[in-house]
Amino acid sequence: MIHYIYLSVVFPLLGFLINGLLGRKIKNEKLIGTIGSGSIFLAFIVILVSFFELLAMPADSRSVTVPFFTWMNTGELNVGFSYHVDQLSIVMSLIVTGIGFLIHVYSIGYMHGDRAFWKFFAYLNLFIFAMMNLVLADNFVLLFLGWEGVGLCSYLLIGYYYDRDFEKGTVADASKKAFITNRIGDFGFLVAMFLIFLTFDSLNFASVMPQIGKVGDVGIYELIAIFLFIGAIGKSAQIPLYVWLPDAMAGPTPVSALIHAATMVTAGVYLVARCAAIFALAATAMMTVAVIGLLTAFFAATIGIVQNDIKKVLAYSTVSQLGYMFLALGVGAFSAGIFHVMTHAFFKALLFLGAGSVIHGMHEKQDIRHYGGLQKYMPKTFLTFLIGAIAIAGIPPFSGFFSKDEILWDAYANGGLLFWIIGVITALMTAFYMFRLVNMTFLGKPRFDEHHTHPHESPSVMTVPLMVLAVLSVIGGLIGIPEVFSGEGGNVFKSWLAPVFADANLILGPHGAHSHFEEILLMVLSVAGAAGAIYLARHIYLNSPAIATNTAAKFKGIYNLLLNKYFVDEVYQKTIITPTVKLSEKFLWKQADNKLIDGTVNGVAKIITIIADHFRKFQTGVAQIYAVVMMVGIVITIFWIMSRL
Amino acid sequence: MENSFLTSLILFLPVAGALFLLLVPGDKKQVIKYIGFGFTIITFILSIYLYYQFDVSKGGFQFVDKASWISNLDISYFVGVDGLALILVLLTTFITPIALVSSWSSINEKVKEFTFFVLVLEAGMIGVFVSLDLFLFYVFWEAMLIPMYFIIGIWGGKRRIYASVKFFIYTMAGSLLMLVAIIWLGVYAGSTPTGFTTDITKLYQIAPDMAMNIQLWMFAAFAISFSIKVPLFPFHTWLPDAHVEAPTAGSVILAGVLLKMGTYGLIRFNLPLFPDATLYFAPWFATLSVIGIIYGALVAMVQTDMKKLVAYSSVAHMGFIVLGIFAGTVEAMQGAIIQMVNHGLSTGALFLMVGYIYERTHTREIADYGGIAKVVPVYATLLLIVSLSSIGVPGLNGFIGEFLILLGSFKSPIYNNWIFSIIAASGVIFAAVYLLWMYQRVCLEKIRHANLESLKDLDTREFALLIPLILFIVWIGIYPSTFLRITEVFSRDTVNTFLQNIVK
Repeated sequence: MIHYIYLSVVFPLLGFLINGLLGRKIKNEKLIGTIGSGSIFLAFIVILVSFFELLAMPADSRSVTVPFFTWMNTGELNVGFSYHVDQLSIVMSLIVTGIGFLIHVYSIGYMHGDRAFWKFFAYLNLFIFAMMNLVLADNFVLLFLGWEGVGLCSYLLIGYYYDRDFEKGTVADASKKAFITNRIGDFGFLVAMFLIFLTFDSLNFASVMPQIGKVGDVGIYELIAIFLFIGAIGKSAQIPLYVWLPDAMAGPTPVSALIHAATMVTAGVYLVARCAAIFALAATAMMTVAVIGLLTAFFAATIGIVQNDIKKVLAYSTVSQLGYMFLALGVGAFSAGIFHVMTHAFFKALLFLGAGSVIHGMHEKQDIRHYGGLQKYMPKTFLTFLIGAIAIAGIPPFSGFFSKDEILWDAYANGGLLFWIIGVITALMTAFYMFRLVNMTFLGKPRFDEHHTHPHESPSVMTVPLMVLAVLSVIGGLIGIPEVFSGEGGNVFKSWLAPVFADANLILGPHGAHSHFEEILLMVLSVAGAAGAIYLARHIYLNSPAIATNTAAKFKGIYNLLLNKYFVDEVYQKTIITPTVKLSEKFLWKQADNKLIDGTVNGVAKIITIIADHFRKFQTGVAQIYAVVMMVGIVITIFWIMSRL
Repeated sequence: MENSFLTSLILFLPVAGALFLLLVPGDKKQVIKYIGFGFTIITFILSIYLYYQFDVSKGGFQFVDKASWISNLDISYFVGVDGLALILVLLTTFITPIALVSSWSSINEKVKEFTFFVLVLEAGMIGVFVSLDLFLFYVFWEAMLIPMYFIIGIWGGKRRIYASVKFFIYTMAGSLLMLVAIIWLGVYAGSTPTGFTTDITKLYQIAPDMAMNIQLWMFAAFAISFSIKVPLFPFHTWLPDAHVEAPTAGSVILAGVLLKMGTYGLIRFNLPLFPDATLYFAPWFATLSVIGIIYGALVAMVQTDMKKLVAYSSVAHMGFIVLGIFAGTVEAMQGAIIQMVNHGLSTGALFLMVGYIYERTHTREIADYGGIAKVVPVYATLLLIVSLSSIGVPGLNGFIGEFLILLGSFKSPIYNNWIFSIIAASGVIFAAVYLLWMYQRVCLEKIRHANLESLKDLDTREFALLIPLILFIVWIGIYPSTFLRITEVFSRDTVNTFLQNIVK
């Protein structure tokens, strides 16, 4: 099956084409939903079988290139729709198709009765198609196709309710913002590709990867890495381009799950991991990745604490968790970064779909201040959501604990104490705001009018995916048990990915030596801290909510700053967007173009007209004058000829 | 070079159609429409046949046809195609029937004259691309202005006279210098053993040896004429006026084919005839291209009229093509050529779609729309696809051209500077801004005006005209090899000859 891996790309495309072209006529929701989910399921099967085939191979030959057909072949460039299966791409593919499939199934229930049910599934399929190209590509250009493709699909899906308002603007604003912000990152990716082509004369992984470190100087690797990272910043919503992701919640909730968990935002992490060897040669770029990741993790978490929209809290938690992943990459813990991609996919998909279930049951209300006590109305949603929250909070043995702990440990070992401290504070904030969410949503007394609002549990087509994800969130981390417990090579996940990152790790050299005692101590500290934060959240939001309101009132300035997300959107608007539009309109168009350039063109024409007006006077039409001029001419000519004789 | 009648047949078939039309009474509008369509579609089929007969592995010209014209000056009727000419002939014969049929509903006055002019125009455009004699080229170059002048001047909008005169005089003024240069080239050839000639295959051999200072003048004379046609910043101001006033069919042909004549000329004449001057001027052209890319995009962004927006976007897109032409790499050259086709398809389609909606509401102001995706979903979907193609989303055609151009320019031995490519690449951001913003204000959000509620979606004819365009937009995006292979040998030869010439 590995040699037919492109089927995992073709099936979602077929699903897109069938539902996209015929969906309007099919109308039958069941059929459309089956086509949509079925295509992803088939893709998942292809990947799963390929995974087992890969597993059966010897560890050093688990890298297969599967050409499909030529794309661009001209000059020295030759790239194709060719796919590359190795330990990294298969892990990513399993996440994309596996979680993607669950989200599709869930959507059948969530989108029931929607005016364009078929369109939604067509877009979802296209999304998976793009993402599969991204993770399976064997060259940078095809990866870029997937890269831009998920950007496009996010545009389509965020803007799904294109005629609705959203926050201060419209849904269309949010979708456009996502696309354009992503494009800023894409610009970086483009430039990185040009640099790679210049350095390696190729854009295919198979010929670029072996050349890394053998050609070019450090400077070029720094440049390539930085521009690749600019791309990653855009796609994976890091500072300063994270602004699109929180607004992405304008789309239907399953879309948020898809964007935040299974696809899209993990693309940047994947890109950096895929180019690990390039980054390993670029120390400055690595440091930049780590610092940006850490800052993003921290600042996004501070915003998450005060938000009142259930989806918004989750959105900022995604930004924050992505920051962790980049922190991992930046300190050279590539497999830890990918590990967190995986566990995060489990629990974040779970949390978003859970939030969707709540919103569904609460008739589209999203403000947690008007929730409360939903536990008794939707027990399944509550239980699964709780599991997701525990997982993200980093409580063992849930999945989030293992990946987060590995990252924190590597941050300490390779980055130093400060990295660890900021990382742990972020983890505590995460635990706090997640349980603020749990408490305010599911526990305590209802804060809505129970006579008018009748919350209900979602149908099983929605709750079953939740349960599957809940199970994964609980046990998913067990494949990555730290070596301090499991012994040398006991971290199955890390060993699996080791060949992919072998080159990079060779360049980076061995980690700084630290004792097991340190590792276990730090682990205990962070878990204890998270537990404390959970208790604090319970204490404040369940027992004495006055503390929250009082604190907010006391630190009104900070509270407003956080509530308004540090006013970053407003700053961008005032310093970049408005001035560019004004400059273009008032100066470039109305002055430079209309007056200066076109004025010159028309001015030349006018001058000629004026001159011609004067010359025209010679053409009087009076024959006598012509005769006189002719006579004068003849006389002068005669004199001239005679003078030369 | 074996003589063949095929190129001439394709060239003169539209003329035959035009002459045939003169025999049909003007009030038989339906018959006239079908005759016009028939002739353009047969021309297209013939050019497809030409494509199948064309040997892509060979360099040089194929299907040449030569007849002596002014024999003592070695001026002849000399036509033929290579990869570049072929792909542009295909573009021309493909776009023309679409443009013609698009006017079936909008043009009901003087249908016979209109069809006549479109057919003559088509012949003129094909002539420009297949002429292998400078004198013949010049005749077609100027002749094709006349039908376009009338198309804008008779069937145009309110300020059509201003726009058509501006279009005519501006491009004409540029061309006159070219005429002087053509004569000078002939005279120069006369001073060599070759003798006076305007045969470009002969001039290719001798012109590159001209003294540098003369090359510079010659280059400039040709380049100004072509830059106005492209139009390269800052020669672009005739374009928005012409587009806004032109009827839809005129805009489609103008954007689809006419602008390519400028970039075609740069590739066909400037690079091979004046290589040293090309090298000298290349940074200037790259600079103007890059300015055009950013400037065109920014000005497009703030337009309130849809047609003007698309017109300014053309300035940006054509900037990419010029950047690719002067880069001196095969990738960039291939990108420039395929981008000429892409721009023809995407911008042609955009003008077509603006025309469709204008026919319904008689306004092109963006502010008069909003939320129409709800009432005209098919239109909105197709407009999105076309916009995305213009934005350069991978998987559609625009990306192929832009990517190859940028990649090739980045490693250009001529520019030897990354900055052009990097700034140009930032243009991809702005393209997304102005097109998606327009799309949002036209198709998305709430319906703002009551009259839009009753808007009708595309009818069969309108839909059928867009489908071939979109088919090629996707085809080039997914499998560009079909098209890249047509020009691969041409691009390699042209770039290599150019690089060899400048080393000499």
